Amino acid sequence: MAGSGNAHMRGVNDTLLQVDDLTVEFPLGGDRIVHAVSGISFDIAKGETLGLVGESGCGKSTTGRAILQLPSPTSGSVVLNGEDLTALDPASMRSHRTDIQMIFQDPISSLNPRRSVGDVVAEPLHVWGPKDKDQQWKLVARMLDAVGIDPDVARHKYPHEFSGGQCQRISIARALVLEPELIICDEPVSALDVSVQAQILNLLEDLKEEYGLTLVFIAHDLAVVKNISDRVVVMYLGKMCEMSESDELYAHPAHPYTELLLESSPIPDPTVEIDSEMIAGGELPSPINPPSGCRFRTRCDRADDICSTDEPMMRRVSDDHYVACHHPLVPVEEVTVDIS
Amino acid sequence: MTTVSDALDQRTDDDNEALLVVDDLRTHFEVPAGSVKAVDGVSFSLARGRTLGVVGESGSGKTVLSRSVMGLNVASNAHSTGSVLYDGQELIGRPIKQMKDLWGVEMAMVFQDPMTSLNPVVKVGRQLTEHMRHHLQISKSEARELAVELLRSVRIPEPDERFGNYPHQLSGGMRQRVSIAIALACSPKLLFADEPTTALDVTVQHQILNLLGQQQQERGMTMILVTHDLGVVAGRADEIAVMYAGKVVEKAPTETLFAEMHHPYTQALLWSIPKTSNPKHTRLSAISGRPPDLINPPSGCKFSPRCPYAQNRCHEEEPILAKGVGPDHTFACHFPVGSPASQEAFDRNLEAGLPQTLAAAGRIGATEDLPDESWQ
Repeated sequence: MAGSGNAHMRGVNDTLLQVDDLTVEFPLGGDRIVHAVSGISFDIAKGETLGLVGESGCGKSTTGRAILQLPSPTSGSVVLNGEDLTALDPASMRSHRTDIQMIFQDPISSLNPRRSVGDVVAEPLHVWGPKDKDQQWKLVARMLDAVGIDPDVARHKYPHEFSGGQCQRISIARALVLEPELIICDEPVSALDVSVQAQILNLLEDLKEEYGLTLVFIAHDLAVVKNISDRVVVMYLGKMCEMSESDELYAHPAHPYTELLLESSPIPDPTVEIDSEMIAGGELPSPINPPSGCRFRTRCDRADDICSTDEPMMRRVSDDHYVACHHPLVPVEEVTVDIS
Repeated sequence: MTTVSDALDQRTDDDNEALLVVDDLRTHFEVPAGSVKAVDGVSFSLARGRTLGVVGESGSGKTVLSRSVMGLNVASNAHSTGSVLYDGQELIGRPIKQMKDLWGVEMAMVFQDPMTSLNPVVKVGRQLTEHMRHHLQISKSEARELAVELLRSVRIPEPDERFGNYPHQLSGGMRQRVSIAIALACSPKLLFADEPTTALDVTVQHQILNLLGQQQQERGMTMILVTHDLGVVAGRADEIAVMYAGKVVEKAPTETLFAEMHHPYTQALLWSIPKTSNPKHTRLSAISGRPPDLINPPSGCKFSPRCPYAQNRCHEEEPILAKGVGPDHTFACHFPVGSPASQEAFDRNLEAGLPQTLAAAGRIGATEDLPDESWQ
């Protein structure tokens, strides 16, 4: 999008989380502002996995953190279970933190190296859980077991004694121990080998089933996102490009940026021809001074005058497939529908 | 050095063309707990102008292999034996002083992380020209001219300006382009690219791999591309060597490897990659467990504790790298994938409920981790 609008939003009643017109800006001093996220809207139904995908610097992590109010967004609303998190005072926000947990990219640095695994996973319980140590350990042991770590062996060990994949399992156990409704996974597998990545993705699917979790899955690898997500949002420079049910997105990408990402994705099959022309270009413009109109136009070969003047709005391609582009790759409905 | 002459005798056919002949290379690191066998008997030869992909998980020894060939394992506890013949010269045992004459001019390396491989407090220009001036004996202004030209050839916009930048002023992709420019500066004949794109976005990864391919063609370089992702080497390497626990377990021309892979580890690596062509929520077949302890590796086939096909024989007797059906296809496995024996073995293990077999079959998955021996 590089565009805005909320034509793709569903009714409030069906969804667990609604993010509406979310904007996150970081002042740099002077008049300079980093426009990290500019007017993103999406919603997630209970039990669904939403994938957020885009290059580094597209604002996908910032969006994930803004849902957690870390930091609070500059404007826009984040409604979880009918309650607007942006409007809460710090104390009530704090009590809502048990509903949303996060898993970070680097499993090793996200665990405190000086605390034992039993301690790390029990820490959320020190704040919100039962105060009885035995009861705490029972919960911790159940979670460690659920993520495939032997609780009795791991209890008194330290993170450095585990591999990256095992540390990520421990992080997942820590996120799960308070039984949150929503987990934000910020590139949880991009630091892992393919073999371990598959284990973690399978684990997340199993846990989601077992605990009825809703996931926001942030990643830059399209194949990974497709594998785990029900719906996918493609982001570029703080804006949404496209949002779709995931099979549909990969079968019929409507935004030129989605197509670019798909073409760049390596395919483990030597018979697939590689487009070896693409050597240069493709630098993300500065989020301090983003391009006018459609933010993707500087890298888009379909761009013309209208792209530099008018920002594209979200338009409907089909049920559950919306795109913000003046020259989409598949036909769209001309009228923007506003459901709000 | 009998090993060298043996190697030469065996390979007289293809040696005329080979730029690099590695024979029974072993690199061990002495640590208090014992000897880490990071590379344990690797042999291959690489013809001029070809690209070899080296694939494996973290800890399979692929990085140590490329560093051993280049003689970069200079730590006092590292010990390499075997033979590395580069253009007819033996490199193992060659003093560092003499290796320095080869680095940059004959062989160069692009490292994984452009954040840490560039010096943060030295301008890009000086990092580029330092070794050019040393090796090519040219003046400062000549070196600058060459460097700017080089930056342009790796498609860095405004190369004149970038020459005076510090690494932190460039994006990750730009920094990796600078690393490539540094590696190419003295026109090496052999280029090692050690996970050159792992730290980068897919779009940038695609560009950098294209750039490497294009530069290789223009300069007629020979390249060794090290990665953990079979997807990266699929369309870009001529041959692929799959490494596990310090050994090559399968090696074949790229098309052959993908069309008829025989080693269960190669198959497992390929199967664990999610593909955009599969519908969402497709169960991935994960490899259970993790790479073995290289100090006390398991007996028999090193992959046997994680292998869905493993039988008693695999735990006892180590398979040797043997010729496959196709030309240049070698693999080390008692029950090669695709053979009736392997199917029987798989079915037997499935019936016995072996966790790794169930995981490969996609029945269960992630929550079943294999018991880890190092914990006991």
